Amino acid sequence: MKPIEYIRPDSADAALDAIRAENAKFIGGGTNLLDLMKLEVETPDALVDVHRLDMGGFSDTDGNGLRIGAEVTNTTLANNSRVRKDYRVLSEALLSGATVQLRNRATTGGNFLQRTRCYYFMDTTRPCNKREPGSGCAALNGPSRIHAILGTSAHCIATHPSDMAVAMAALDAKIHTRKADGASRTVAATELHRLPGDTPQIDTVLEDGELIEAVTLPAPLGGTHLYRKVRDRSSYAFALVSAAIVLRIADGKIETTRLALGGVAHKPWRAEKAEARLAGQAPTEENFQAAAEAELADARAEGSHAFKIELAKRTIVAALREAADRENAA
Amino acid sequence: MNDIIKGKWIGKPLDRVDGPLKVSGAATYAAEHDIDAAIGFIVEATIAKGTIASIETANAEAAKGVIAVLTYENAPKMAPWGDGADDRFEQSHGVLVDGTIRHYGQPVALVIAETLEQARHAASLVAVTYDEQAPALGVDRADSELAEGLDGGFEPTNRRGDFDRAWAESDLTVDLNYTTPHMIPAAMEPHSAIAEWDGERLTVRNSLQVIASGVACLANTFGIDEENIRVLSPYIGGGFGSKLGQHYDTILAAAGAKKLNRPVKVVQTRRNLFHAGPHRARIEQRIRLGATRDGTLKAVNFETWSTQAIGYFYTEGPMASAASAYRCDALHWTGKTRQANETLNDSMRAPGEALGGVTFEAAIDELAEKVGMDPLEFRLKNEPTEDPASGKPFATRDLVECMKRGADEFGWADRPKEPRSRREGRKLIGYGMASAIRGNMMQEGSCRIDLSAGGHLTVKMDMTDIGTGTYTILTQIAAEALGLHPDDITVDLADSDNPATAGSGGSFGAGTSGSALWNACIALREKLARAGGFNIDPDEIDFDEGTMQAGDRAVALADVLKDSDGFSAEGSIKPGEEHEDYVQNSYGAHFCEVAVDMDSCEIEVRRFVSVFSAGRILNRKTAHSQCLGGLVWGIGGAIREELWMDERTGGYVNRDLAEYHVAVNRDVPKCDIIFLENPDPKSNPIGTKGIGELALCGAGGAVVNAIYNATGKRVYDLPVTLDKLL
Repeated sequence: MKPIEYIRPDSADAALDAIRAENAKFIGGGTNLLDLMKLEVETPDALVDVHRLDMGGFSDTDGNGLRIGAEVTNTTLANNSRVRKDYRVLSEALLSGATVQLRNRATTGGNFLQRTRCYYFMDTTRPCNKREPGSGCAALNGPSRIHAILGTSAHCIATHPSDMAVAMAALDAKIHTRKADGASRTVAATELHRLPGDTPQIDTVLEDGELIEAVTLPAPLGGTHLYRKVRDRSSYAFALVSAAIVLRIADGKIETTRLALGGVAHKPWRAEKAEARLAGQAPTEENFQAAAEAELADARAEGSHAFKIELAKRTIVAALREAADRENAA
Repeated sequence: MNDIIKGKWIGKPLDRVDGPLKVSGAATYAAEHDIDAAIGFIVEATIAKGTIASIETANAEAAKGVIAVLTYENAPKMAPWGDGADDRFEQSHGVLVDGTIRHYGQPVALVIAETLEQARHAASLVAVTYDEQAPALGVDRADSELAEGLDGGFEPTNRRGDFDRAWAESDLTVDLNYTTPHMIPAAMEPHSAIAEWDGERLTVRNSLQVIASGVACLANTFGIDEENIRVLSPYIGGGFGSKLGQHYDTILAAAGAKKLNRPVKVVQTRRNLFHAGPHRARIEQRIRLGATRDGTLKAVNFETWSTQAIGYFYTEGPMASAASAYRCDALHWTGKTRQANETLNDSMRAPGEALGGVTFEAAIDELAEKVGMDPLEFRLKNEPTEDPASGKPFATRDLVECMKRGADEFGWADRPKEPRSRREGRKLIGYGMASAIRGNMMQEGSCRIDLSAGGHLTVKMDMTDIGTGTYTILTQIAAEALGLHPDDITVDLADSDNPATAGSGGSFGAGTSGSALWNACIALREKLARAGGFNIDPDEIDFDEGTMQAGDRAVALADVLKDSDGFSAEGSIKPGEEHEDYVQNSYGAHFCEVAVDMDSCEIEVRRFVSVFSAGRILNRKTAHSQCLGGLVWGIGGAIREELWMDERTGGYVNRDLAEYHVAVNRDVPKCDIIFLENPDPKSNPIGTKGIGELALCGAGGAVVNAIYNATGKRVYDLPVTLDKLL
């Protein structure tokens, strides 16, 4: 871990000023960044700690939505009474991830910005286009399990490891930022992360020094919320495949489907094809299966993670079935 | 049989005597000693075979805080790896001796700085180039030779009975190929050491299961006399075999300290240990079993192919699980291996039976199904009257008792008779069972005890406590033998200046060190009895509550001690003829229930009932904890743990505890652990048998058999991860 300058500003303005330092990075909970710094995968010269910034915590928005300050920890977010009541899929997703200790430390903003767990990205002795553009992708022909099946490129098959971000994508959350020049903007959670293409070193659409200040959730959708996470052990494991679902059924027809997948792509994968296939349909096994097939039609995997294509289909069907059963029972 | 043990202290679920120290952070582990040590950080080789072409250290040496960078070009002289002894724990573990690379992750430099952060950063500045050669990696059946011997003292081949004939006479056969994966013990405390030299005298504080052979290793490595070496490992945060010998932490700390003439500390990082710590090798296994229609087991043939690290002669033998299990007409096995450029393949908890307890017990399950018998009935029908591998008599045998008791407690009679026949919602439910058998070993050990004039007893030996509870059980043994209260006893362990034992390993620690202590106590009882004016056999005297009593004569120990200089005694133990003439085992039986999700194929182990017979139980709490730990390992080994080797490099890719999946709390259900407390008069003076590894043996077998019962799928490539059931 190379020597760093540590800066702890008191205001967003001061933070945006500090981040202009050469090769500086924001640090929230540090649950991922510090590990990567110890491995010298991340080598910032300066860290700008955002803990002393007042980013507002929770507040209701004008449209009956919920605003969440970027500094809110994963534990606090998961246990917030409105999140538990109106956005339960988000609470379930958060609680399925990491450990209590990590969730106590990790922040809402930082969770979005955690980096891939790809073994080769985390090992500086191996080629990785994300860590060292142009060096190659060791995952393509090596042992793979946590790798992507959707939206991959010839340069990168890494996945984004977050559970929270998958639920945020399903809920159509919006991310509110300030750029280094002070200008504010809003980015949809579904648009924050990008696909690897030929520039896998760029994880998100955020610019250098752009600060996440808050996330807003739109007015509650109602319906049944469910986060189904399939993993290699029952706790403290990243998703092989996960599905965040909000399902509303009225008069025997699917009125609303929100479906996002985790563990399958370089970004939280909003399953638009499956949603379209289900719109207005009866909640039947056949329709669920057809939706899963539609979503995974373009899935590709050459390595030992190829099983995830079948697993993703099964997870979608199982999650939809369970959500529909609960919705019908409600 | 031992009549002195009344059970006043032995057997009691006494809290760990070192517990308060541990939970308050006052127990000093290897890296925690308050010594002003410079910090060493290891630079790992990034090839598996070849030689160093160039090594550039100037940038690292120029970095802030760096004191020295050791490479093979400037390290203190060490004997080449493997020199000085045949025993792998005593041989030289010299490193930075020359530019040869034997395995990926081998240390090529040690950067020593004032702080860990400085050393770690400077380590990244060391630039190494290599002349790389194609490494030998993985099992290659065609390129394998018979192993020199198999761990646990087994010969590499066994040829009891006529296998071809027994196979031909079998009506029903199975011929199965299994693979078990690379694994790593991942003890909570990483390998760590602080070394310091005073002239020719070396003192090492590290985390080591066996002190005496560790001293020999340092002597062989650095070419110094054993008398000039002191090793101390008072607290050890788990060993599981990975700390039986000295490893890179200790050797490099000692080399660095010698170079600097200043104490040096080396703590191997978790990621480093995945490459440069001891492992369990991947093993291919072929098991052929034959039976007649009535369920009589006729033929057993167990072949294995594995790999050895270069210059490190160790071969694990899963066939150990077949050696003493079931009667048959012919029992053959063959253990082959080859030298490969892999990291140290070494003992990992229950070597042999940890694997055979899965594969052999799964093969038996499959054969029983072919015969059309309940797998429990099949095992009961084939209970042997003599050891199947050797023909020797058993010292004790209560496997049947374990199985019957376990079946009752678990409700085995309610098992789903057909695979994939029981459902709860989207879950498939299955039951499975397996036998647990683990060889009961004894080693040599000695002990010294001193009873002060004030009545306080000090027990001294170089035995270690690797978290198993040794301090506590030795306290209980001395308390029982001498009638003292545990508060009046101090157990002083893991110091090479103390009398030597075989340390902790192979589940022989409690029996060996406990017997040495017992014999010392017997000798002390004699001295005290004489001093107290008793002229009868000391065994007839009741030592209790600080008083010696026989008939109506009672003498307080305090009265004997008050005008004395205290009393001392020594005791020792070595394996007797009973360990040659009889086959000695601990036994058990596992029963478990699993639920397998029909969609995701995720496996949930729902409950476990295990019955164990390990002779006399010294402490029902620590014994229970050990067995619970064994079940956790069994579950992890069956369905979770696998290291993935990248054959392009010879390194492992999933080298942290996020991606190498040891079982976590949520993977482990409520486990009912039952002991049949049958003291074994042939095992040792206190009637104990090995317990630390027993519970792991067969636990994974019960799990995989339950998965088959639930799903109708048998998986031969372990662990049974969900993708293999899709």
